[in-house]
Amino acid sequence: MTPDDDFDLDDLRSALDAATPRPDPTRRAAHLRLAQENFDRLQGAVDPARLILERPKGGVRVGVRKMLDGLTSRGGLTLTTALVACGVLLLTPIGREVLRSPLERDERSGRTAPEPMPQPAMKDGAAPVEPEAPPVTPLVAPQAVAPEIARSRLAEATSDPTTAETGAAPAADAEAFASGAVAAEPPPRSDDGVAPSLLAPAPVIAPEPGLAPLPRPDTEAFANEDPNPLRITAEEPVSTFSIDVDTASYSVVRQSLMSGALPPPEAVRVEEMVNYFPYDYPAPAAGEGPFRPTVSVMATPWNPDTRLVAIGLQGEMPAIADRPPLNLVFLIDTSGSMEDPTKLPLLRQSFRLMVDQLRPEDQVAIVTYAGSAGLVLPPTPASDRRAILKSLNGLMAGGSTNGQGGLEQAYDVAADMAAQGEVSRVILATDGNFNVGLSDPGALEDYIARERETGTFLSVLGFGRGNLDDATMQALAQNGNGQAAYIDSLQEAQKVLVDQLTGALFPIAQDVKVQVEWNPATVAEYRLIGYETRALRREDFANDRVDAGELGAGHSVTALYEVTPVGSPAQLTEPLRYRPEPAAGDGTGELGFLRLRWKAPGGGQSRLLETPITGQEPAGSEARFAAAIAGWGQLLRADDHLGTWGYGQAIDLASANRGEDPFGYRTEAVQLMRLAQSLAAE
Amino acid sequence: MTASDEDLARAAAQGDGAAFAALLDRHYDRLFRLCFRLTGARAEAEDLTQDICAALPAKLQGWRGEAKVTTWLWRVAVNAAHDRRRRRATFLKASDGWGDWETARQADIEDGRERVDWLLRAMAKLPDDLRDTLALVLDEVSHAEAGTILGVSEGTVSWRVSEAKKKLRALRAAEEA
Repeated sequence: MTPDDDFDLDDLRSALDAATPRPDPTRRAAHLRLAQENFDRLQGAVDPARLILERPKGGVRVGVRKMLDGLTSRGGLTLTTALVACGVLLLTPIGREVLRSPLERDERSGRTAPEPMPQPAMKDGAAPVEPEAPPVTPLVAPQAVAPEIARSRLAEATSDPTTAETGAAPAADAEAFASGAVAAEPPPRSDDGVAPSLLAPAPVIAPEPGLAPLPRPDTEAFANEDPNPLRITAEEPVSTFSIDVDTASYSVVRQSLMSGALPPPEAVRVEEMVNYFPYDYPAPAAGEGPFRPTVSVMATPWNPDTRLVAIGLQGEMPAIADRPPLNLVFLIDTSGSMEDPTKLPLLRQSFRLMVDQLRPEDQVAIVTYAGSAGLVLPPTPASDRRAILKSLNGLMAGGSTNGQGGLEQAYDVAADMAAQGEVSRVILATDGNFNVGLSDPGALEDYIARERETGTFLSVLGFGRGNLDDATMQALAQNGNGQAAYIDSLQEAQKVLVDQLTGALFPIAQDVKVQVEWNPATVAEYRLIGYETRALRREDFANDRVDAGELGAGHSVTALYEVTPVGSPAQLTEPLRYRPEPAAGDGTGELGFLRLRWKAPGGGQSRLLETPITGQEPAGSEARFAAAIAGWGQLLRADDHLGTWGYGQAIDLASANRGEDPFGYRTEAVQLMRLAQSLAAE
Repeated sequence: MTASDEDLARAAAQGDGAAFAALLDRHYDRLFRLCFRLTGARAEAEDLTQDICAALPAKLQGWRGEAKVTTWLWRVAVNAAHDRRRRRATFLKASDGWGDWETARQADIEDGRERVDWLLRAMAKLPDDLRDTLALVLDEVSHAEAGTILGVSEGTVSWRVSEAKKKLRALRAAEEA
């Protein structure tokens, strides 16, 4: 090495050391866990936690795979025999029954399954730990375990979406094993076909295990909270929440039911199911404001001694003809896991539908992210349909997901496109797996919350099941002033991207907050149905810096309260003997007082709208249909407030109040309720 | 730690999960560092490390104790990096109309968005074999060991290192010009 050599190795080394980042502790832990799981599978190590968690069918699959893993010419004959025996267990109903643990039988009978695992990740009130459930020390981090429970419930359902007959799915699996074509655990079809190669590569059949940079196939995370508890009006008269216009939960429920399984209770967000449907509440008169509240009071369908208060907000439909030009940035996840018929191909078709709805003056750009982010289509006028469709058709899945790199670029592109008076929106389409970079929902939220201030909105479209990270989708859309919708079929794409496109893209009010003050003189107890993830603190109502949901053009939002009148036999708590003096307003006989706050889009100062709830408001078919859906949602969550009221009553109530239903959404809901009824009865 | 890498690896190859965990935990940080140098970007390095972690249990079954565990591990890493690059190349070729990935990436770099150090960028421009060699040597791997890992002679490693330095110098000169 000469003295004038610029590139002394030690200098290079220290420069490189300075540039090398420390591994991210979360990623590090995840990688180590992944390695360990693969190790255990490969070694056949017995992990008590897994044995209990894995559904028996999965357990057999793992067992079969382990046998195949170890398959050599020496042991081949014995193992083949064992395989046939396993096939018998899998294929015959009796065999399947033998394999099914008491835990699972409970679950299938529609009863609340006792969950042996603590679930801090999604506090699900519907899964009480029953005393007979064996206490288990989780060997895997609880957060990782919880989605696996959800996943395992889905596994059976998703393994063959085309037939509800569960017997067909294991048959297909067994065939695959027998032919030796599948080295690893055969994935549910909606999963990516390559994904399992990450899990437990099999040395004999696949000596060079694929290094596909794909997420583990059994990761679904749902954002949910305990169902709202009963509140005592005298103690806590004020209830505050943000509106929720997401619909993702309904689609997830539908997808589960259509594939023959009840959805995991934590995937059910009642308010999203209710708000999936358009409601025909009276629209605001000209000059009245961006939306109009409609209050309806009726007897609670599931409890004759309580009353149901439905609060509906109907957004105005501004003249579409003079809508401002739109700048849309499609941010598309092209990671390897998107390569599935229900993901990228569906996404292409969905966006095609949408592009046809755009006007010549609108602009479209496409950014993809997989490993590194890239601008696939620079801002292009919507009139150049050919260029846009060509880019869409050229999208290919491959590589890993780098959610944030793509987001940053998408926001940059949107900022460049924005002109005065135009509406900019980033539409993120993903299977929800942000597995590289900033994958911590908290950090992503912060980033998006900052970008929201720049005036660019964010909507999230979820595709496919298997690693749908519902929690992250929720976090993104809520903080980006946008909507989260889950696209499971072309019909759903039609609904979200065509029928309701205007509402989805043009906000008419943002940070819409609802506050109800209940009158302790008339209402003893109340309970907000749903909106668990949208609760606000009482003082946040008037705090304009606290973010809340946005209302799109023509959209409607419904919230339901179940209230127990004073003196009703349904009252669950004893009235207090020592009560403060009645305050002003107590004697009015009103049930409560409704306050709404909202901001004009982009506006900083919130406005207030107040109206009393008299208890005399009539309920129409719209509110009754909402009540039926809310009841159904609570049934799916195994809520204990419904008594003996069941699917039959929910179906009757919904069918009787289908209304005009021009798009057939409500009819479809009734069909799904029937499906849920028969699945729950199994 | 009392147990040597080799003892842990032997135990792990025989099915001792705790030994495997200890071994990977011990070397994870260095593995990640090497991956970062082989790829030059954090996200890529994380993906690569994940790939390696996922495949390692199966790979370990083929470990016969003929080399130091670290030597073996770095070889696994370098091979995995190769596979990744090859897949990416195929993928780019296959995705006609994808848009110019490389141009976009370069634009990113111009923007300073990724804030990658000059050296990393320069290393990314080196031919693969030179870059791999340099990444290893800069990671305190001896020329002899690097030779074992890469399957070339010690002399070739030394030649590649000097070749890499020559290229880096040329790159800097070109940039300053």
